[in-house]
Amino acid sequence: MVSQVPQIAVKTEAVVKNFGETAVLRGLDLELPAGEVTVLLGTNGAGKSTLLRILAMLTQIDSGSVSIHGSDIAKNGPAIRAMTGSVLHSPMLYADMSVRENLMFFAEMYRLENVDDLIVKTTSQVGIEPRLDHRIRTLSHGFQKRVALARALMHDPQLLLLDEPESGLDSQSVSRLEKIIDNYRSTGRTVVITTHIVEHALELADRAVVLNSGTVGLTSTNPSQDRAEILAANSSESTSGALP
Amino acid sequence: MINKVLNRLDPLLILSAALMGVALYLIFIWVPTETNQGAVQRILYFHVPVAWGSMMGILVVSGSSFMYLWKKNEKWDRLAVASAEVGVVFGGIMLLSGMIWARPVWAVWWTGEAKLTTALILFFIYVAYLMFRAYFPPGAHRQRLAAIIGVTGAIDTPIIYFATNLWSQAHPPLVTGPAADADSTLGSDLGIVLLASTIAFTFLFIFLVQNRYKIRKSEDDLVELKRASSTSVMTGAN
Amino acid sequence: MMGSFAVIWEIGRKDLLLEIRNKDVVVAIAGFALLVLVIFTFAIDLNQSNAKLVGPGVLWAGIAFAGVTGLNRAFALEVEGNTLEALMLAPMSRDLIYLGKALGNFLFIAVAQIIVIPVFAVLFNLVVFRWEMLVISLLTTIGFSAVGTLFAAMSVRVRAREVMLPLLFLPVVIPLLMAAVESTSHIVNGRSWSDISQWLQLAVAFDVTFVVVFAFIFQHILED
Repeated sequence: MVSQVPQIAVKTEAVVKNFGETAVLRGLDLELPAGEVTVLLGTNGAGKSTLLRILAMLTQIDSGSVSIHGSDIAKNGPAIRAMTGSVLHSPMLYADMSVRENLMFFAEMYRLENVDDLIVKTTSQVGIEPRLDHRIRTLSHGFQKRVALARALMHDPQLLLLDEPESGLDSQSVSRLEKIIDNYRSTGRTVVITTHIVEHALELADRAVVLNSGTVGLTSTNPSQDRAEILAANSSESTSGALP
Repeated sequence: MINKVLNRLDPLLILSAALMGVALYLIFIWVPTETNQGAVQRILYFHVPVAWGSMMGILVVSGSSFMYLWKKNEKWDRLAVASAEVGVVFGGIMLLSGMIWARPVWAVWWTGEAKLTTALILFFIYVAYLMFRAYFPPGAHRQRLAAIIGVTGAIDTPIIYFATNLWSQAHPPLVTGPAADADSTLGSDLGIVLLASTIAFTFLFIFLVQNRYKIRKSEDDLVELKRASSTSVMTGAN
Repeated sequence: MMGSFAVIWEIGRKDLLLEIRNKDVVVAIAGFALLVLVIFTFAIDLNQSNAKLVGPGVLWAGIAFAGVTGLNRAFALEVEGNTLEALMLAPMSRDLIYLGKALGNFLFIAVAQIIVIPVFAVLFNLVVFRWEMLVISLLTTIGFSAVGTLFAAMSVRVRAREVMLPLLFLPVVIPLLMAAVESTSHIVNGRSWSDISQWLQLAVAFDVTFVVVFAFIFQHILED
């Protein structure tokens, strides 16, 4: 299974994204090998969420190219989305449907089979099985977030995109989440994550990428060791260059 | 001094002004008054060229909207919005001048005739196009959505024309005015004046679209500069 | 292929399930359209002869205006919880999202008409329960939802979306509206298929054109 040359899970070349007069990404070049957990860092507005939305195919780039597992997202959208799971800022659930109804509906959208077993499996992974038949509207934000996580895991994606997944989660759920991330890494799959708990994420991640006004400010392949530089880069508005 | 002014004048402006002068001479002095309709008939020498201009406008909007969706090149978007603006102005003048002419000749301001109704509906679609652009936040997303409206108008045009035609067969237009059915007494003179006036308005149309395009280009360049300078401000702060 | 139909059907069914729970959209469309009908019975001095003349126009103008309100609401529901983005994450090609949402909207407007048309028949004292009317109603509703779904998706992020959607929607559907009004007035005058065939052809051409073109074009409007 393990090859010598790591496969590239995510590759962006000269990606530019503007929103009106605001330039969010200014020629972003990034390569993330498969089988790694990457933590995206950077100040507010550095482009982390926009990058994740682009990888999830919710936002279209103005120029440049993005490929996931070697295929261009502009050309192979459906196939790439089939192996990508995303949890973004909002839980994106139908408030007047129950947890089970939501998951069953999205399982249908992903054309999954053995849906009942899948729902049992993923909901126990994130610990939401006691409230399967509650409507989303009646659940707390943290709980909704876990439902969204269950949806992202249901189709067993190769690439997991998590935008501040810990927000609203209690400590027990956070450790569950870490277990899931560890499990993904150990099975050769890729996780890209943004987070507020930077220090902790540096322990967890194989790679840290600090975005700085729309480009890569700093990359580290040993984040727990390069902690000081990463934290410095993460708090400053502009730094450039890679660590040796 | 005069050279300086002349140098800064657009040749297209000079050309369309000169042609417009010729057209005005032909319309108001050279051509005799039409005996059935009287002086009001001279409105047609403006109405027809302006209608032609608004039609060109719609063709250019939909054509360049299609090109934008295909090529994603901003210049097609600029051309689309420039000709939409000029086309809508020409369309408004067409509708007004048509009504002023129709009142004495057809005895009504407005009627359900197929070409009139089609023109009015298309006018509304391209007004909506411009309003959408005004309401939606700027950026590539707006350009894509506006282009879709531009293309939709073109797709709808044959259907609208077919429908209004069927409609006006079922409801014959009220054109009962004093001179509605009389043949023109002008013969080939009418054609000459219409042709000259149409050429003049065509050049005016091109001149206006070209200028609106240039302004649009400057606006885009300005946005580009603002984006670039926001980087240097960030870097400068450290 | 079957999978595509299943996805479209599931999206439409999901909209219907939410509608049964919330009753937001159908009530808005039917309520609005009924009010238009009632107001016109005051505004026009109705009698046996002019009912046939103005009735069909009032009916379809009412349904068009009410439909536009409902379409606005229907799409806002999909956007408020960002669930449209959840659909965009799914691996189907995005024309299926369009077709699924259009199916939902079709069902909403159709159900509203089941309420509105009988009331129209009573208020205007006209005979409309004929096969021809069913066909006209179906064709018009397909066109309304085909055009309305795309324009509602476009208007939903505009700050004045309540204004924007009708301004985009109504001029484009005028040919379809003419077909509906003309055919309906033939029907209330006791005529039949051969008199309305041209209008029905026009409505079919309209529906096919916009369903196909808009399904194809929809992918361009979703991503920001």
